[in-house]
Amino acid sequence: MSKKITVSKAIGEALHEEMLRDEKVFIMGEDMAVMGNVFAITKGFLEEFGPNRVIDTPISEEGFCGMAVGAAMRGMRPVVELMYNDFATVAADPLLNQAAKMRYMTGGQATVPMVLRAPMGAGRRNAGQHSQSLENLFCHFPGLKVVAPCTAKDAKGLLKTAIRDDDPVIFLEHKLLYARKEEIPEEEYTIPLGLADVKREGKDLTIITWSREVNFSMEAAETLAAEGIDVEVLDLRTLVPLDWDSIVKSVSKTHNVIIVSEEVKRGSYAGEISAQIAEELFDELDAPVERVCGLNICSPFSPTLEDENFPHPETIVKAVKRVLNK
Amino acid sequence: MANKKYTKEELAGFYRTMTRIRAFEEKAAECFTKGMLAGNIHLSIGQEAAAAGAFAAMQPQDYFTSTHRGHGHAIARGMDSKLAMAELFGKKTGYCKGKGGSMHIADMAKMNHLGANGIVGAGQAISAGSALASKIAGDDSVTVGCFGDGSTNEGTFHESLNMAAAWKLPVVWFIENNCYGVSTEIHRVTNTPDLAPRAAAYGVPYAVVDGTNPTEVYETMLTAMEHARSGKGPYVVEAKVYRYQGHYCGDPAVYRPAEYMENALQNDAIEKLGRRLLEAGATQEELDAMKQAADEEMTAAVQFAVDSDYPDPAEATTDMYASDNERCVAR
Repeated sequence: MSKKITVSKAIGEALHEEMLRDEKVFIMGEDMAVMGNVFAITKGFLEEFGPNRVIDTPISEEGFCGMAVGAAMRGMRPVVELMYNDFATVAADPLLNQAAKMRYMTGGQATVPMVLRAPMGAGRRNAGQHSQSLENLFCHFPGLKVVAPCTAKDAKGLLKTAIRDDDPVIFLEHKLLYARKEEIPEEEYTIPLGLADVKREGKDLTIITWSREVNFSMEAAETLAAEGIDVEVLDLRTLVPLDWDSIVKSVSKTHNVIIVSEEVKRGSYAGEISAQIAEELFDELDAPVERVCGLNICSPFSPTLEDENFPHPETIVKAVKRVLNK
Repeated sequence: MANKKYTKEELAGFYRTMTRIRAFEEKAAECFTKGMLAGNIHLSIGQEAAAAGAFAAMQPQDYFTSTHRGHGHAIARGMDSKLAMAELFGKKTGYCKGKGGSMHIADMAKMNHLGANGIVGAGQAISAGSALASKIAGDDSVTVGCFGDGSTNEGTFHESLNMAAAWKLPVVWFIENNCYGVSTEIHRVTNTPDLAPRAAAYGVPYAVVDGTNPTEVYETMLTAMEHARSGKGPYVVEAKVYRYQGHYCGDPAVYRPAEYMENALQNDAIEKLGRRLLEAGATQEELDAMKQAADEEMTAAVQFAVDSDYPDPAEATTDMYASDNERCVAR
């Protein structure tokens, strides 16, 4: 049995089910409780679970992210929301120096089973400090797991797994996916971390991507199919751990690759994946791997400018043809 | 304060802890100077009474966070000196298998020690978060966050104390004010004579005490712990102490006026407590025996550390993740 719900509702269902399942799970963040989150994801939670487990914080990102680390070290499972992933810079120390490193520094004594939910991505005309995709930042720091789902089904299944995971997980939610209505299973399910999903099989080229760019890549694939170009779309879903086996399998079949993300191109995780393919799968490649990313600029405000700053289906189509020399 | 009469045995309890801290630090300094330790160590010589007094006020179920200058806290909480010394040496028998070193000693299982921390101020939010866990779980533990004067100018001091106060979290912050953040004298960068009064801005009670007097620290901390445990929220205690060494072992502290150490030595906590013990009926032989026992314990700790093996290089990639570690560190 399946049902059709929005991505934001799917995320809310994951939170709700896990809070019912495990009383150690609690949620905190700005405007989570009384307002029920700016995207209405946690509406009604305060009434159901009470103020100890549904916590409105002051605008103190470093403070409440650090408190989540402390609570997680004590065995709680905090699910913290940053209103935008851009605010991670304000909470850099607790996320990158504390949560990420605590287990290793203590020789494996500490576990930090927290989840940081962080809305990300371009396209809402929110300008320089509310539109970034910071996968590269989070993926850089050993100790963090990083998840970036596209579909409602994946968002729910992966968030449930992330909450049960004993490591700190950064859960990146693209803001422009929240309102999409999609089919998800009626019954309870989880999806393991580190497992990519082949969204479309093809033989000519592999598009490796995640989050909202999966949808754009699928649109591009349809356009290309009409022109006789058969691309495979690999939705990574989880960035750390990386599903290398699926990448090897796909690249060994198609021999051509582009990697599509909304990140700033310079220093991007797309670039990291490209480097790994170049290092280890060079003999499989018929052409250089291309990164299809944002520009090396600050996220602009004006629609005509912002639209230049993330890959669209047309951008992806052009890149595929360039790589295939068609 | 200081109205309570202490028996010889009670005072001897503080004395033992304080001499153990000093002996550990002096042995560590000796090893460092001889080139037996890698990296850096930050010593708490001169701050022994603060740690001894504060930790005597804690219950077994309580938690604490510590700092880069954290050996004294752990000793006062009952640390195994062998495992700690081995950690300073980077040996696999250390508390953190040699992966953390001096600045990251932790013992989650036996001491409820949530870790020393290399980032100034990080323990403020972590201690408040531990207290949040206690509140949500409804247990009766209090978390003590230990830190220095320098950290009170970090933003997290204010963010964390504000939330802890708003939510009445069972946390006590214990500030050891030795007047120096590395080389910078606190009053060159801070406009108030004391630091604890900042708590008043958040509606949090506070006290400023003589950190060279273990019983004054102890009594104040008892009040603070009772306040936090009874659901009234956080409490901030500032203990004025002296840092005998520079910021790290080997720092000659040329930035400090000579009067600082003259005052420090006149107020040496171990000497002062020794005189009180003699007045309470102890003999000099008993004091010497306690010092000697501490020295022997730490000599044995050094020997244990020296005799222990370094971790196998292959251990470099373990303990990064609780699950799926191999795949997560592979690429």
